[in-house]
Amino acid sequence: MAQIIVVTSGKGGVGKTTTSASIAVGLAERGFKTVVIDFDIGLRNLDLIMGCERRVIYDFVNVIRAEASLNQALIRDKHVTNLYILPASQTRDKDALTVEGVGAVLDELRKTFDYIVCDSPAGIERGATLAMYFADHAVVVTNPEVSSVRDSDRMLGLLSSKTKRAEEGREPITEHLLLTRYCPKRVAKGDMLSIGDVNEILAIPLLGVIPESTAVLRASNSGDPVILDKESDAGQAYSDAILRFLGQDIPFRFTEEKAHWLKRLFSMKEREAV
Amino acid sequence: MKNQIQFSKLSNLSRIVQFFQRKKKSAKVAKERLQIIIAHERVRQDKPDFLSAMQRDLIDVIAKYVDINKEDVKIELERQDGCSILELNVTLPNFLDRKENSKEELVVE
Repeated sequence: MAQIIVVTSGKGGVGKTTTSASIAVGLAERGFKTVVIDFDIGLRNLDLIMGCERRVIYDFVNVIRAEASLNQALIRDKHVTNLYILPASQTRDKDALTVEGVGAVLDELRKTFDYIVCDSPAGIERGATLAMYFADHAVVVTNPEVSSVRDSDRMLGLLSSKTKRAEEGREPITEHLLLTRYCPKRVAKGDMLSIGDVNEILAIPLLGVIPESTAVLRASNSGDPVILDKESDAGQAYSDAILRFLGQDIPFRFTEEKAHWLKRLFSMKEREAV
Repeated sequence: MKNQIQFSKLSNLSRIVQFFQRKKKSAKVAKERLQIIIAHERVRQDKPDFLSAMQRDLIDVIAKYVDINKEDVKIELERQDGCSILELNVTLPNFLDRKENSKEELVVE
């Protein structure tokens, strides 16, 4: 049975599209047939992050309006097998997405895919509410920063009330917290909310912590999702998050500041003494 | 002149005191602010959307028959073991020669 994952945040610019791309690639790498859908109608960007912007012919809205078939609109990913991208349309028509239309497309995709990743737009308008409406899992992307945490809490409220699962009184959506742009150094200084702080406020299970990393911009520059950069801290942190999503117990990395060499030297001595 | 010197000494002293006083870390401030605002917003979020609209309509209906201030109507929604209680509190003006404080309780599902 296909699982629908929504990647959401409320606030813009926190890393939803970067996360959607990496989650989709990560799941496909593990052998799951995956499709990632851009719900940001009018401002599509997933195509750029996935590096397939020049191969977009038909889009999500074309499929909903039956102007193209699903097979015509799906773009096969160039990095991994088993992965397809359904780009958003650049139309300015706000009512392009409908519950029925989105539901029909998802039902069709459910027949052949294991995972359907929905990249939500920022805000709480139609694109965002429809991206989460049919979801089984929600990945709430949050920066350790006040406005992002507050917006994430708002989204958690919507996830528990304005979704199909909530309306039908079924088991609620499984919520996962993904903390991005985390900077252990600034946390140590007391100038950034820590993992514990955010966790205490939002109180949902932590799926991953992605460190602030130069690799993320490099990845979007080249159109290769950062999870493919196996050497990078952010790429490895996303790979860990995928394994946790699939049920493995993986320790968190890149969450502590590297101690000063003097400090390390002393702690080594202490250990030797014990 | 002497005063001025004393003043500058004082400000130097306060600067030194400030230096040693540990400033509250900004992350701690952020956490406290978030905890307060989110707790506040969660309470509001739990209330159904129709509540404020219904409050407006109820005020209009009551105002049609009784001369009341809009501030004299209060609506509260409370949850108690599985049922919600909608409490409508109307302070009626002086009529029938006595000040009346009528309280209607209406039990919704």
